[in-house]
Amino acid sequence: MEVLSVVLFVLIVGFVLVLSFYFARRAKSASGYYAAGGQIHWSVNGIAFAGDYLSAASFLGICGMIATAGYDGFLYSIGFLAGWVVALFVVAEPLKRLGKYTFTDALDANYNSKGIKLLAAISTLIVSICYLIPQMVGAGALVTPLLGFPHWAGVVLVGCIVIVIVATAGMTSTTYVQFIKGGLLLVFSTILVIGVLSRGLTTTPDQGGSVPYREYGSMAAVESGGTLTPADSSYSVRAVVDSKGLRFARLSHGNLESWWKVDSSGGKIVLHEAQSIVAKSDGSTLVNGKPLSPQNQLRQVGNLESIGGKTGAEAKTGGLDPVSYLSLIGNEKTSVRRWKEAKLKDGSDSVTVYYPVLTSGSKILRPGLKFQVEGTPLERIDFASLMIALFLGTAALPHILIRYYTVPSPAAARKSTIVAIAAIGTFYLLTLFMGLGAMTSGVINLQDNNMSAPLLARTFGTFLFSMISAIAFATVLGTVSGLIIAASGAVAHDLLDRFAGVIKNDRQKVLVGKIVAFVVGGIAIVLGILFRGVNVSFLVGLAFAVAASANLPSIVMMLFWKKTNAKGITASIFVGVTSAILLIVFSPTMYELYGIDAALAPVPLRNPGIISIPLSLLTLIIVSLVTRKKQEIATAPAA
Amino acid sequence: MLHEPAAPAGRDPAFLYKRRLGVLYFLIYTVVYVGFVVINLVSPTLMAVSVLGGLNFAVVYGFGLIILAFLLALAYNRSCGRKEAELAEVPDGGH
Repeated sequence: MEVLSVVLFVLIVGFVLVLSFYFARRAKSASGYYAAGGQIHWSVNGIAFAGDYLSAASFLGICGMIATAGYDGFLYSIGFLAGWVVALFVVAEPLKRLGKYTFTDALDANYNSKGIKLLAAISTLIVSICYLIPQMVGAGALVTPLLGFPHWAGVVLVGCIVIVIVATAGMTSTTYVQFIKGGLLLVFSTILVIGVLSRGLTTTPDQGGSVPYREYGSMAAVESGGTLTPADSSYSVRAVVDSKGLRFARLSHGNLESWWKVDSSGGKIVLHEAQSIVAKSDGSTLVNGKPLSPQNQLRQVGNLESIGGKTGAEAKTGGLDPVSYLSLIGNEKTSVRRWKEAKLKDGSDSVTVYYPVLTSGSKILRPGLKFQVEGTPLERIDFASLMIALFLGTAALPHILIRYYTVPSPAAARKSTIVAIAAIGTFYLLTLFMGLGAMTSGVINLQDNNMSAPLLARTFGTFLFSMISAIAFATVLGTVSGLIIAASGAVAHDLLDRFAGVIKNDRQKVLVGKIVAFVVGGIAIVLGILFRGVNVSFLVGLAFAVAASANLPSIVMMLFWKKTNAKGITASIFVGVTSAILLIVFSPTMYELYGIDAALAPVPLRNPGIISIPLSLLTLIIVSLVTRKKQEIATAPAA
Repeated sequence: MLHEPAAPAGRDPAFLYKRRLGVLYFLIYTVVYVGFVVINLVSPTLMAVSVLGGLNFAVVYGFGLIILAFLLALAYNRSCGRKEAELAEVPDGGH
């Protein structure tokens, strides 16, 4: 824990809280609390949109995924930005024209249906909670290197601060927090990218001189009569373990034991040094053969093995322009050392081995390392499913949609969306450089890639690291605030006022909203702890799928298909939410989280959108047509 | 209670024009986006082909999609703004 980090962190959090108390006086009325009185300037709202949208998923998750899976992480940047096209061209102005505080208002404006109020409010709650999980996971990942707290403490800290913010001041303070944070994120990400380009590429990254580059060894071995013998006689083989078609050997060297990957391709046996975490049966943990301690952790990794065919000192490039930087990394003669994970049993010990693999640059800068676009038909469908959900999810996210009510007019809603596209698009262009910078600078945390961008910033000094981390933390605070306001609006305004009719006045509505903020904040804290270590972009991708399935067919059809009716919308939301959630719960991803073999998952897809979105749309069309016909028959004059 | 929009919007004579334009731009972008997904699925190796200054097709297409979204947004705003101003000058909001 460094003093500067703590000071900057406390300053930013303190500033956010002061802002909340300052704006608290504007939050006395429901309009002030839920929609900032509809008086935010479109340019401020546009950057606040960016602040809302560039959540932990964008900054931490995308950079982390690019750092470990190259271009596949950038697919999220492309999809997340594309979603704004739907928001601007289809949804922005009509929604502003129809709604008041919540997305349900707009959906229900022409129908005044109890069913829509109930289902849309529940859908808002579910989507908000799905989206809250990755934000809280990101918060936990951030505080560990920043403040030295464990993951759970970070999640609890964010939860408590956000509850205070939301319970104090509502949408006005959230808007200004997002505006400031969105602006800072853009400025400091640009500085970080300039740093990455100025430093250029090298095969021996040393984290800006602070951590000497470590070479991982390889050595020949021979196998006879089932016994593996390393060429270097100072090493002896203690165990050989097979895991899912791969072989690993435990070697001893002096008093130290280490794990090596056994590579038998090409008729020769070569051992490659790996890193390892061993959970011993007595409860102790060894990291790379020594007891786990604050000083003995897994080493950060990621480097180029060769750059455009050159290795060693002659490969070092010095400063590069953006085009040369990308073309050199994507060169087929460039080779990147990436790390993979294997879990195995060694007697009664549970071992996680992290082993290096070399990947050609031409594979780094095109899809395929995470999403198997050249794989089985099912894997290809999964890729298409993700891209559909990302495209259609943005315009269905409740916490984004409610921001349209904070500006005074439909034209302002449109203009603020364009500012958002400019700011968000710029940031997403930067993510590729930050992610690749982390991939090649030896900064990747093998257990949690979410911290790749802040750890990359640390190689440029404590100040940049502290600023980037504090901004990332503010990112989480702002996004979580927006989500909790969306959720509390759904309960207080949609459910208790408009559906149940139990809210008597404006003041009660604000009070109930604040109570809901406590409850939803508590749920988010628990889920944030449970989902530790899962890539936050991936989790957000799932939230997008739920949002797109639940809400988008209704929004679009309400605007463009005259035969849409209340029953159709209600059924569509129900089927969309239920199918998306069920497909996720029984997916291979969740089975891995449950600790069950992913192959046993009854749903083969990891991304549900390709099934649940059309299903929701089809439900709307069929139910609208059928119920309309019944209504026509019932009201037709007798012959 | 309180079901009207937060800030009541007046009549918008340009509404239909903006809606048509929005749908047109949305369809244009969707075609380009779907093209990206389809190429990745049908011919993924095409994405590795070097096309511009040493940059491969995947990077150029990906950056292109982000920049295209911004350019279409600017064009849309300009057209909408013009139409709004044009119709605002006509007292009955007519032709």
